[in-house]
Amino acid sequence: MKKYICDVCGWIYDPEVGDPDSGIAPGTAFEDIPDDWECPECGVGKDDFSALES
Amino acid sequence: MNTTLKEGIDWVGYIDWTVRDFHGYKTDSGSTYNAYLIRDEQCAVIDAVKAPYVDKYIARIKALTDLENIRYVVCNHAEPDHSGGLPGIMEACPQAELVCNAKCKDALEKHFDTSTWKWRIVEDGDSISLGKRTLSFINTPMVHWPESMFTYVPEDKLLFSMDAFGQHFATAFRFDDEEPLEVIMQEAKAYYANIVMLYGRPIAQTLDRAAELEIEMIAPSHGVIWRSHLKEVLAAYRKWVVCKPTPKVIVLYATMWQATEHMAEAILEGVQEFEVEARFYNVDATHSTQIATEVLDCAAIAIGSPTLNNTLMPNLAGVLCYLKGLRPTQKQGFAFGSYGWSKRGGASEVEDAMKEMKIELMQEPIRSQYVPTPEILEECREAGRAMGRYAEQFGK
Repeated sequence: MKKYICDVCGWIYDPEVGDPDSGIAPGTAFEDIPDDWECPECGVGKDDFSALES
Repeated sequence: MNTTLKEGIDWVGYIDWTVRDFHGYKTDSGSTYNAYLIRDEQCAVIDAVKAPYVDKYIARIKALTDLENIRYVVCNHAEPDHSGGLPGIMEACPQAELVCNAKCKDALEKHFDTSTWKWRIVEDGDSISLGKRTLSFINTPMVHWPESMFTYVPEDKLLFSMDAFGQHFATAFRFDDEEPLEVIMQEAKAYYANIVMLYGRPIAQTLDRAAELEIEMIAPSHGVIWRSHLKEVLAAYRKWVVCKPTPKVIVLYATMWQATEHMAEAILEGVQEFEVEARFYNVDATHSTQIATEVLDCAAIAIGSPTLNNTLMPNLAGVLCYLKGLRPTQKQGFAFGSYGWSKRGGASEVEDAMKEMKIELMQEPIRSQYVPTPEILEECREAGRAMGRYAEQFGK
């Protein structure tokens, strides 16, 4: 599973960690996050994230 | 007025004594837009001021050096209260390079005609030598905007922290030991709560990075410069980034015919049976700026509205919208309110808003059809006791 970076603030979504504060369980692929989820740091939506090349 | 931070480094900003509304933030103490001039083999200006005060800012710089000596103009933050004066200074200093990160350049280009500006784009960790001194740059995204950055002068152990550690506080003095500390800390707290409360996570990371630097002085872009009380403000920020609860309870309400107000009073009575601070706010009497400041470090909050037109009282809805955006954490509470014939709106919508704010609900909403009965008022008192009991533990 790929990590994704927020283009606005640089926060990185790591699927192994998830975003438990927003109800995204560890192990959730970025693609499986609901569309109304927001970047926990700056508040933008999934559209403003880009896949990180590993 | 002493404007000298360190030998060769001066404040060249503007004191805005009369501003009372800063995009909705009620600035009863006015504000300052801080900018700084560093005179070295190469001169640098750190940030600018709000557009209407650009001439006074340039005059302060001119009083200290010829404008042709300005080699760099650093922009730490693109928001117009600091960047509004950049077109003026860049026009007055055509030889100067605008120093900022790539995100900041993008933001500035979307604010101003920058077609004649020379740019020096810096990345996190880059530095520029001025001669005896170095400017080094630290990206601090979301403290307060995506492009925000700190500029650090290691030789002087001086951090230009932009909005972080700022205060909306107009004073004839530039330093933290020239005004009463409790006044400055209260202004710093109001500023934190109303401007950056929602960015607690990135601010905590920024504090960790700042802890790696040797810092003797912090020069923010609003209010006084920290040179004597860094320890106090850094310790306060550590608490504020997690909205650390204190033994304080807030009762916040709107009212039509005083039914919800009577419920609020009964809740307050219950709270006051415990050794906790209490705040009692009718939204019509208290500005959202003060409410947000107190929410930052409260332990529990009860919020009430009657049903009006099958929804909330609009004045309370506005405050809830504001608080929701500021994303306070670590709070408990409940909703209450009176209604006439429809239980929709009122307490139900208040509770929905509290859920969205991730306030941990202590109980179901307390509702009263029309005027509260003695039984309902006792239910309110009991709910107030639960909040008081919960908040009291944070004083131990």
